Amino acid sequence: MTRFSAWSVFRNGLSGQSGWTRQWRDPEPKKQYDIVIVGGGLHGLATAYYLAKNHGLKNIAILEKGWLGGGNAGRNTTIVRSNYFMPGNRQFYEHSLELWENLSHELNYNVMFSQRSHISLLHSPGAIDGAARRYNTMRLTGTPDAEIWDLEKLKQNVPHLNYGPDCRFPILGAAVQKRAGTARHDAVAWGYARAADALGVDIIQNCEVTSTSRSGNSITSLTTSRGEISAKKVGFAVAGNTSRLWQMAGFNTLPIESHKLQAFVSEPLKPLLDQVVVFGVGGAHFYISQSDKGGMVFGGDLDWYKSYAQRGNLPIVQDVAECAVSILPCLGRVRLLRHWSGVMDMSMDGAPFICKTPLDNLYLNAGWNYGGFKASPASGWYFADLIANDRPHETIENFNLDRFAQGVSLDERGAGPDPKLHG
Amino acid sequence: MIRINCPFCGERDHSDFTYGGDGSIVYPELDAPAEEWVEAIFQRENIRGVQTETWHHVSGCRQWLVVERDTMTHEIHSIKAAHEGVAKVLEAGK
Amino acid sequence: MSGSRLPDGGRINRSVPVEFHWDNRRVSGFKGDTLASALMAHGETIFGRSFKYHRPRGIMSAGVEESGAIVTVGRGARRDPNVKATTQEIYNGLYAKGQNAWPNVRRDLGAVNSLFSRFFSAGFYYKTFMGIPPMEWGKGTGIWMQYEKLIRKAAGMGVASREPDPDIYDHGHLFCDVLVVGSGPAGLAAAVEAAKAGLDVVLVEQDFEIGGDYLNQSNTEAEQKRAAAIAELEKHGARVMTRTTAFGLYDYGVAGLLERVTDHLSEPASHMPRQRFLTLRTRHTILATGAMERTVAFGNNDTPGIMTAAAANTYVNRFGVLPGKQIIVATNNDSAYGPALTLAKTGAEVTLLDSRTSIPGNISGLLETKGVTVKTGAAALNANGKRGISSLDLATGTHAHWTAADTQECDLLLVSGGWSPVVNLLSHRGVRPVWNTDNLCFVAPEYDEPIQMAGSACAIWGTSDCEASGQAAGAAAVAAIKGQSVSTPAPKAGGWETPIDPLYEVSVEGKHLKSFIDPQHDVTADDVRLAHQEGFVSVEHLKRYTTLGMATDQGKMGNIIGLALMAEALGKEIPQVGTTTFRPPYTPISLGALTGRGKGAHFKALRRTPMHEWNLAHGATMTEAGLWQRPWYFAREGETITEAYIRETITTRETVGLVDVTSLGKIAIQGPDATELINRVYSNAFAKLPVGKARYGIMLRDDGIVMDDGTSWRFSETDYFMTTTTAHAAKVMVFLEELLQTRWSNLKVHVTSVSEQWAGSAVAGPKSRAVLEACVADPASVSNDALPFMGVIETTLKNGVPCRIARISFSGEMAYEMYVESDYAQSMMDLLWPAAQSFDGCLYGTETLGALRIEKGHVTGVELDGRATIDDAGLGKMASEQKSYIGSALRKRPDLTRTDRPQLVGIFPKDKTEKFKAGSVLCAEDKVEGHGDGWITAVTHSPSLGHWIGLGYINGGYDQWTDQTVVAADPVRTGNTNVEIVSPHMVDPSGERMRG
Repeated sequence: MTRFSAWSVFRNGLSGQSGWTRQWRDPEPKKQYDIVIVGGGLHGLATAYYLAKNHGLKNIAILEKGWLGGGNAGRNTTIVRSNYFMPGNRQFYEHSLELWENLSHELNYNVMFSQRSHISLLHSPGAIDGAARRYNTMRLTGTPDAEIWDLEKLKQNVPHLNYGPDCRFPILGAAVQKRAGTARHDAVAWGYARAADALGVDIIQNCEVTSTSRSGNSITSLTTSRGEISAKKVGFAVAGNTSRLWQMAGFNTLPIESHKLQAFVSEPLKPLLDQVVVFGVGGAHFYISQSDKGGMVFGGDLDWYKSYAQRGNLPIVQDVAECAVSILPCLGRVRLLRHWSGVMDMSMDGAPFICKTPLDNLYLNAGWNYGGFKASPASGWYFADLIANDRPHETIENFNLDRFAQGVSLDERGAGPDPKLHG
Repeated sequence: MIRINCPFCGERDHSDFTYGGDGSIVYPELDAPAEEWVEAIFQRENIRGVQTETWHHVSGCRQWLVVERDTMTHEIHSIKAAHEGVAKVLEAGK
Repeated sequence: MSGSRLPDGGRINRSVPVEFHWDNRRVSGFKGDTLASALMAHGETIFGRSFKYHRPRGIMSAGVEESGAIVTVGRGARRDPNVKATTQEIYNGLYAKGQNAWPNVRRDLGAVNSLFSRFFSAGFYYKTFMGIPPMEWGKGTGIWMQYEKLIRKAAGMGVASREPDPDIYDHGHLFCDVLVVGSGPAGLAAAVEAAKAGLDVVLVEQDFEIGGDYLNQSNTEAEQKRAAAIAELEKHGARVMTRTTAFGLYDYGVAGLLERVTDHLSEPASHMPRQRFLTLRTRHTILATGAMERTVAFGNNDTPGIMTAAAANTYVNRFGVLPGKQIIVATNNDSAYGPALTLAKTGAEVTLLDSRTSIPGNISGLLETKGVTVKTGAAALNANGKRGISSLDLATGTHAHWTAADTQECDLLLVSGGWSPVVNLLSHRGVRPVWNTDNLCFVAPEYDEPIQMAGSACAIWGTSDCEASGQAAGAAAVAAIKGQSVSTPAPKAGGWETPIDPLYEVSVEGKHLKSFIDPQHDVTADDVRLAHQEGFVSVEHLKRYTTLGMATDQGKMGNIIGLALMAEALGKEIPQVGTTTFRPPYTPISLGALTGRGKGAHFKALRRTPMHEWNLAHGATMTEAGLWQRPWYFAREGETITEAYIRETITTRETVGLVDVTSLGKIAIQGPDATELINRVYSNAFAKLPVGKARYGIMLRDDGIVMDDGTSWRFSETDYFMTTTTAHAAKVMVFLEELLQTRWSNLKVHVTSVSEQWAGSAVAGPKSRAVLEACVADPASVSNDALPFMGVIETTLKNGVPCRIARISFSGEMAYEMYVESDYAQSMMDLLWPAAQSFDGCLYGTETLGALRIEKGHVTGVELDGRATIDDAGLGKMASEQKSYIGSALRKRPDLTRTDRPQLVGIFPKDKTEKFKAGSVLCAEDKVEGHGDGWITAVTHSPSLGHWIGLGYINGGYDQWTDQTVVAADPVRTGNTNVEIVSPHMVDPSGERMRG
């Protein structure tokens, strides 16, 4: 693997880019692997990388039905934050943020993690108190960058928000996580792929799993579009397809419903907004940032009905535009360049699953709702830890399928068992 | 936009409705054991393809509807009132 | 390029001159000009600078696919960046500037970037900027974020206004039988066919004139056909909309339309919306969306003075502008011969290079007679000239092998690399186009949608074939709607005499060329090859790694070339490499249009109670509660909010206070099984609630967590009046409907939301009964006997207004909730308020409501936060063990019944002079870290106790923490405060005052 650096860019510039090689191999699948991760998205790629890196394991394959990073890895609004407060969630996302902070160096791939601050607008005294509980918990659990800003500080830092008298929900302040921000989503997938490949992981694209074979309480092999592949351990990390694969493994139901979430990008503009801004008030939910290329990247709620179709409908387009223009009135003339949608595996409490399954050698990574992007480094880290050690790390001990029967709650929103209300 | 042909109101935009959820769930008796309730409340088949689901015509007649819809194409195959008695009356009146 | 206005011809109105500003100069054009045509007539060549290398960009097309002439229009709050000059109509006073350049597009310092272009290959930024160069030393994101600042400044295109958009936008909803998109020969024919059959037709055209390719033809026959079709449509009542883009097709025949109403007017009337976003629902759609001419990759093919052949034809025939005088046309197909002829007729010197070796003699012969030099087996290899093309290096050979040939001077190069049918809208429906090997383009496959494609959108090239195709599509739509079988035969794709040559790139060995395939993002043919070299071979990886097709034209011109080059690198055919997916919108649309009027103060509904004006007139300061505005406090002159609520609290506890409670949810529950329903949904016993009584009830969700609390009043055996919290009013109503219609359809009971029908006031305090007695027609009806604690009556006010009253208390005082029909709300207050004043009573708002209930330990939504159980909230004893109810099964799950769960407690400061805040985390004194042991939900100054108090949750509850010092940690605001944990019932724990 050529090490990426300013030096290598310079040298290749002089040599007509002749020195660059494939960033990852395109191997033929072997007949047998020790560990097979199904799903070449961020979570699967990160898992394979950490299995090889942290646990020194070899003979690992990732099976991807299309092209790697082709699911929600490339369909999200790229926000990275750790402002969770429930035990388990808090430690997990904070660990993820710590991994993000050094990810470019770790992978030798610039994932452009921009710690530009994540700003949640607050519109009522009650909302300030609610945010205070969350951000106090962050501080007390070792996250020093959690702050509550008053209106003056907010105005200085984010000048173009609607502070005027016509604002339907006047802004009183903001809850801020300064180490949060955005990253270049595709680069994360490619960076993990390249680093995993360098450690010997076989990344096999265009390889769709069509059925599983079981012997006793174990999966013995997977039938794929590229042949039969046997595995000692199997991990599923297939957001948007979890239920289907679960049923292929011989099970019936999961605490998951698939919904679609739209995302939006505007035409490229010179810098206008330097942070990630989020608000949720009056039934609205909205988040926006500006990509390094200049496009305003934003989104809102789910389309509100279950769907596996990767295309959205107009009512949410209008809702999201209303949010955008209401909170940043100068966006009225800015034009929407593209909108698309992705399939989100919404869980019953908004929290994920990184857990063992009723089968001895099958492990599940699923239920990321629409917060999976920021989670991907830790998701891979803990899933690898689980697969390697065959027991869950204490941070993720509640990320299991049994928690609903036990009554354990990881419900950050308090929305209850209606998957479309989480996110 | 999904257009839903409400048996009471006629064809309307889906934004007049709210999606309820999986319509195939059989809710246990109130005094049924917790395991049955866990299954009904938390577990989903999450069908990719034609599923039975409920919608509520919240900005219309406020009737709950049982809809068979393809979750890949959004195509609706059938629609009826969720209330069994009302559905029967509607069916008889056809 | 040296464009000039032709002495005559074109569709512009030469009698109406238009004055406008371009880069701080005054320029004139004519009505009917676009910004591009008007500036071309003035010889303008450079309109902007490219994204990465800041290379000069000129006009490349005559339509929405434009990738070069992208400018900023308007000033101040009306500044619009990234406008395509090729689609912007000029008007008097139009103000336009080039963009992505400093100081201006002609002399741009950013052009220094192109010196380093050899280093700025595809994806180079993923390989560096991570740490300290040259070896990327360091950790964390600090170094990257310094680079990022510079990168962000350099990136982006236009500058958006920082001011609020002053324009208004409207929304509309349309219905029709047939939507026809595009008004060219095919679209007009289709629309006429459908309209003649009596169908309701909407024809939309993104241009400001109807006609599509008819407008580019100079012959009178085209104009006659166009006029006849328009007349026919008018006769049959079709709705014809210009300046309207069908930007997206969605499920169930829904199309998103954007109508630009005033973007072409210099002084639009103030009432006119700038644009309209129309949601159209159609039974059938005909896409006569045309095709776009592609370019070819060759050296410096982005130089100003290079455009598509069809664009030049348009500038001459439609706008009366000659784009150049010394012209080379480079083509791989028949379509460029027409434009060559058009240009030759103007007297320009024209050379045509055809990459094919054999072409039909009759075409070339015709050209020769008009003075066009035709060279076969020839192609454009490399353009020379920095700020505009001055000469072209030619290549000879075939697409399989080119050899450098001579150089020819020119001031305009027209390129035709074939045509791409506009299948974008069909693609929005999830239909993936397929490759047509005869015509070298993507076309619609077989698909199952009520959509017809027509004309050149189906790769049908001849005008008369397009008309026939349109007519057939129209007939097919009619047949589909009327349930008939289709009989009109449609022409097949094609129409060229000689097959198109698969030419995507021209290069010769040993010569390094800068050949652009996405001129906006500066993506070159080399970038595609580098992507291949590095393994980014899937179409989506190619797109994402190189940014090909991600610019404002969304790959309309360049995607196919990228695909072809990748296919070549892989040694595959194009269809094996993949296809392109187009996302809505077809062309970018303003967020303002999508928003319409729902912004500013009109963002989200505003709910006001019928007493809103009355409250304001009596000094209320309002606060937001969800969508509601409720009275927050009623300050007297000079009072702060704190002073006001403390006074209101004292007054209410000492005499009487009135508060608007209209926003509570109210549900009428009626029918023989009303009691059964209520008993099933509340966790506490309701089966034996007598008529004439009310009861507080707690509702759980299916999962056993508290959903809501409220009261239910029983008026008869079969008639209840349920109140819910403000926040959960809609949710509870929907849940009851769901239960009755989907789960318990055997219950004979009907629920009706009456939240809007009843307006309510609470009357609280020792003098509350006296106030009521002064207001009701029969004072005896509210006596302690007639209306005891938790009693309910229906009675009449003194003014004859019927009302319903329950003696229930949220404040802990003797208190009543009374409701009248909403229209009488103010008259009720006009009775209550003088009566209350006679006892020195007060009005109060949500702040005092909070103070009173916190003192009593009564819970609200901040305590019942969707995670709390009924036991957590200290109300577990109320839950019935005698019955099953919603949530009863799951509330007993193991983790929900742990005794060390957080439980509701009261909180006092250790030092009674100190205050603390809601949102603080409660920690043991020796362990102020981690998740703590609880949190504070609400605080108030308690006038009754004389110090600050709070409610909150703490692990294990009150018993576990007696006599201990607990820290209320609030590091994000006020720091730490020592507190003690007490019973949540902090004032009048025995409840004597409310029974009084």
